[in-house]
Amino acid sequence: MRYAMAIDTKKCIGCGDCVVACQVENKVPEGFCREWIVEAISGTYPNLDLEFRSERCHHCANAPCVRCCPTGSSHIAEGGIVLVDPDKCIGCGACIASCPYDARYPHPDGYVDKCTFCIHKVRKGEQPACVSVCPTNCMYFGDLDDPNSEVSKKVKERKYKRMKTEAGTDPQLYFLI
Amino acid sequence: MDSNRREFIKISSLGLGGLMLSGTIFDSVSGSIFNDAVSETMKYIRTPTYCEVCFWKCAGWVTKNEDGEIWKVEGHQDDPHCNGRFCPRGTGGVGMYHDEDRLKQPLMRVEENGKQVYKEVSWDAALDFIADKMKAIAKEHGPESMALFTHGSGGKFLGHMLKAYGSPHITAPSFAQCRGPREVAFYSTFGEGILSPERTDIRDTDCLVLIGSHIGENMHNGQVQEMSQAIDKGATIITVDPRFSTAASKSKYWLPIKPATDMALLLAWINVIINEEWYDKEYVEKYAFGFDELKAHVQQYTPEWAYGITTIEPKVIRDTAKEMANASPAVIVHPGRHVTWYGDDTQRLRAVAILNALLGSWGRRGGFYSPEKVSIPSYPHPPYPKAKRTWKDGLEDKFSLATEIISNELCGASIPTKDREFNVKGWIVNGTNLIHTLPDQKKTLEAIQNLDLLVVIDTMPMEITGYADVVLPECTYLERYDAIRNSPHREPVIALRMPAAEPKYNSKPDWWIAKALGIKLGLNEFFKYKNIEAMLDWQLKQVGSSLEEMKKVGVKKYKRKYDDLYLADGQDFEFSTSTGKIELYSTEMAGSGYAPLPTYTEHAQPPQGFYRLNYGRTPAHTFSRTANNPNLTAIYDENDLWVNPKVAKQWGLKNGQYVWLKNQDGIVSTFSIKVRVTERIRWDSVYMVHGFGHSEKKLSRAFGKGASDTELITNVKLDPEMGGTGMRENFVTFLTEKPELKEAES
Amino acid sequence: MEELIISGRMNYKVDPYLHIWGWEIAFYLFVGGLAAGILFFAAFYYLRGKENQFPAAVKWAPMITPFILILGLGALFLDLHNKMNFWRLYTTIRLESPMSWGAWTLMVITPISIIWSSIHIKEIFPNWDWKFEWLEKAIAFFVRHKRPLAWVMAIYSVLLGVYTGILLSAFNARPLWNTSILGPLFLASGLSAGAAVIVLFTKSEIERRWFSKIDILIIGVELFFIIHLFMGLLASTEVQIEAAQLFLDGPYTLPFWIFVVFIGMLVPALLEYLEIKGQKIPVFIPVILILIGNIMLRFIIVYAGQASRYLY
Repeated sequence: MRYAMAIDTKKCIGCGDCVVACQVENKVPEGFCREWIVEAISGTYPNLDLEFRSERCHHCANAPCVRCCPTGSSHIAEGGIVLVDPDKCIGCGACIASCPYDARYPHPDGYVDKCTFCIHKVRKGEQPACVSVCPTNCMYFGDLDDPNSEVSKKVKERKYKRMKTEAGTDPQLYFLI
Repeated sequence: MDSNRREFIKISSLGLGGLMLSGTIFDSVSGSIFNDAVSETMKYIRTPTYCEVCFWKCAGWVTKNEDGEIWKVEGHQDDPHCNGRFCPRGTGGVGMYHDEDRLKQPLMRVEENGKQVYKEVSWDAALDFIADKMKAIAKEHGPESMALFTHGSGGKFLGHMLKAYGSPHITAPSFAQCRGPREVAFYSTFGEGILSPERTDIRDTDCLVLIGSHIGENMHNGQVQEMSQAIDKGATIITVDPRFSTAASKSKYWLPIKPATDMALLLAWINVIINEEWYDKEYVEKYAFGFDELKAHVQQYTPEWAYGITTIEPKVIRDTAKEMANASPAVIVHPGRHVTWYGDDTQRLRAVAILNALLGSWGRRGGFYSPEKVSIPSYPHPPYPKAKRTWKDGLEDKFSLATEIISNELCGASIPTKDREFNVKGWIVNGTNLIHTLPDQKKTLEAIQNLDLLVVIDTMPMEITGYADVVLPECTYLERYDAIRNSPHREPVIALRMPAAEPKYNSKPDWWIAKALGIKLGLNEFFKYKNIEAMLDWQLKQVGSSLEEMKKVGVKKYKRKYDDLYLADGQDFEFSTSTGKIELYSTEMAGSGYAPLPTYTEHAQPPQGFYRLNYGRTPAHTFSRTANNPNLTAIYDENDLWVNPKVAKQWGLKNGQYVWLKNQDGIVSTFSIKVRVTERIRWDSVYMVHGFGHSEKKLSRAFGKGASDTELITNVKLDPEMGGTGMRENFVTFLTEKPELKEAES
Repeated sequence: MEELIISGRMNYKVDPYLHIWGWEIAFYLFVGGLAAGILFFAAFYYLRGKENQFPAAVKWAPMITPFILILGLGALFLDLHNKMNFWRLYTTIRLESPMSWGAWTLMVITPISIIWSSIHIKEIFPNWDWKFEWLEKAIAFFVRHKRPLAWVMAIYSVLLGVYTGILLSAFNARPLWNTSILGPLFLASGLSAGAAVIVLFTKSEIERRWFSKIDILIIGVELFFIIHLFMGLLASTEVQIEAAQLFLDGPYTLPFWIFVVFIGMLVPALLEYLEIKGQKIPVFIPVILILIGNIMLRFIIVYAGQASRYLY
């Protein structure tokens, strides 16, 4: 089982609903976030290109944060979801420094926090909050090992890019382009 | 010294005198009405509601956490407004409930030591005061002199109260400041309006044309979702916008038009489609009136002519017209929503309507469908007293095509003139921050100074709140019942809003306020229902449901009465116009002395060193009302000023630098705004998101964040047909230093 | 023109630039390197049989290492956001985590430094009394096994010195840090600081001259590593080039070249050279300068590394 997420940049409008839904669902403290929006503009008026990306932890198959954690708090759970066990976390910040995506932050309660792919929902057979709320329906979540999952199909059918693969992380967010 | 003058009071400056919140007084008025309602709701973990963060009113479910506190709101799967998916504002709606800056107690303006302050009073005292004032106004000036400005669900109850009291003056700024011209234009062309949610069949369209409509930045949920579906299906999108909007970035064609020249492009499109014979001949022949007049009229408007005005090349005009024709009738030339731009907006929207008529998209799949809604009777009450005078009395023949009351005219009618007999003397303002909503702030403030009574009912302290005589804290939509949501859609559908929690602080729902005030005004006959549950249950039973059922299902869909979502092939149809046909040539316009066919008029362009002030939406906010929402400020907490790199270079502006703006009339923005140097905007205009630059200090997150476009909109171009306030002919220049300092130096 | 706008994020200590590690980590790396340098020289010259020739290196300077190591651990502790879970570091050994084996290295070398100091304490304070019989016995045990102890200390001091660099260089997310030269550079820098402290402690002219020479040599090596560092970064990908630019034409250019290279290396090397040549120069001046350069190097690398990034 390999959980992954595909985000269709052709449809994403960067509305930030995923960010808000994540905050509400996961009670992310005010002033912090587990996910964010990137707006990339290239060209000169009027020959322009604009891409929106909804970004979060890439749940890397080769996760530097898990490797550098001195206590085993950062670990890989079912389906390759990268998680932090708050009880084991000493808050040394190594994982934060190790993430090429800056996807982690120090939670005010001391431990390091990040996107969990809403594992509490996924375990119940639901979609992560960001995916289930997206008004443009541009996000797909599922098992990449299952060829019939929506995310498998999208990744197979469409051109995609992954962010900063040169960091050797084997990220599992696929941006459909 | 004018002792009657209303000083702006910050909500924080409360008088110390009267903390008389005795429970007994409150209970004697109302208590029992609400209390049983609440105990009932507590049984549910998941309660239905519909969203109140914007006018789209998506239905959803409120979920509470283990401690019984409101946790999240999620979309209702069966609701066609949202299809189970809320927009960021809806998702962040819980922030309205949790916001600790909310209005908490009824407040009354009192004078203490020569200074006006707010004093906390009981609901009983506040409503007594209002009722006495209203009685006095009715006696002295007639009940028609009371007006209600409202935006939101609660307005229904307050409106009922006001009509029972004897005034027809209930207005929403959404008409004259927003979508009015489009409704008037489509009524005069097709005999029907666009309505809300818009009847656009974007889901099934093959070609979507957006003219200054920035779907995706305006987060009109259903439309955004359907546009995404259309993208998935490979529909062609054509976006006309001087700014590289989000929609433009998703479009096959982006036409970076010179601002204020849209009419020329529309007329050129009509010209091409007629002359190339790309229009739907059968449809036009069967349903349309005035084709020959139109054809003769548009001969002057060639693409080559339009090129000189719009800077859009003739080939692009022809290519895009061909795209539309190829998709016909599954094509939508979108009428937009906020369309009050240059004062000839009704005429421009007429051109849009005509274009749609030529392409045969009205009443066709992928074009404009025919929506249907359930007919829910009102709770029985005696007939409303007949108004003796109306706002139109003083207007003579002006704005004769207005189908709703023009908010700014009602505001204007509050400033006495020598020759006008009728003056508005009292306002109830509910859920609309008129200071940020109506253009020409000076006039709004002058009107306020002439009132005998100003009541503001809102959840949050806003700029308008500081001018009120009485401030009534309304509870948020998550804490109250409201009228059944009954909106026109492909299938008739109704939705229930019920409280998920007790109202926080000492806030109350509008239905309760309306009823309590109505009873104090002696209008008991109009409020015979015991409480809102009884009223809703009665209404629902008339349409084959019940309150009990709706609490469980939240949303109920009905079958259409008639199979007329689209026109059938060759179907005979009588349009509700005077000719019974689609009026390309408008007899109504002609009859009222307006141009029966749209013509091009040139609009002013910015003078040297000035830039057109364009404004729009961010998906994270609704107008100015969400600027303090903790969940939404997390993703967008201040607006920025889009400036083309060429302009930035010329002025030496850096990305992230703060500037003040000065408009053509010398008005300077109260707050500075952050510059965003971007290629997404032309060199002759700047752009900012509307709704920021709040001056109410009690808004702890929003105060002083960004700048207000409204205060810079002092040049208002009135639409002669319906009184819309064109706001896009305002030009600004940059001040890089704090203006006060500058003046001191000079 | 390319324009990137990131909205919805302003995480404390992460945005707009990472600053999860502050003075605590920089200080910790500095004292770690310093202790490593001192202990390495102590073990090395003891094993070479130069205990009597270089008493400051073998016996006196190591006296401060327990204190500075504990100070370093204290700083590391202060840096933790979840201090109550500190003990979790020692419930597992994670070989892939430099933080983990660094914590374990300290766990080994701190007691060794205490033992080493204890062995020699009576030579410095002749009236010292351990008060407990078993302590005397324990120390006698270590005196008997001083050679293996010195071997362990030599190995662990190198580990510690290298570790202070590897802790940073293991993060490929921070292009400035992510270079294998950082380990040797920090080790060399630690050795140079160690040698400088020995120079300060010694009363012997021979020892001072010897360690001054060592210092000059190590500074030469450091400069070589620094040039190497920039050559490597500049010859790499865009993000590494951007990282190098922080020092070549960026916010860290002046502090780095002036404080670290000029004041912390070139000037003290010159002063030590002149001193060897017979010029009268107060001995503490080059020592202080080297220590300043050392601490600045750690601070600048820690801060600049966090400003260098992969994303956006």
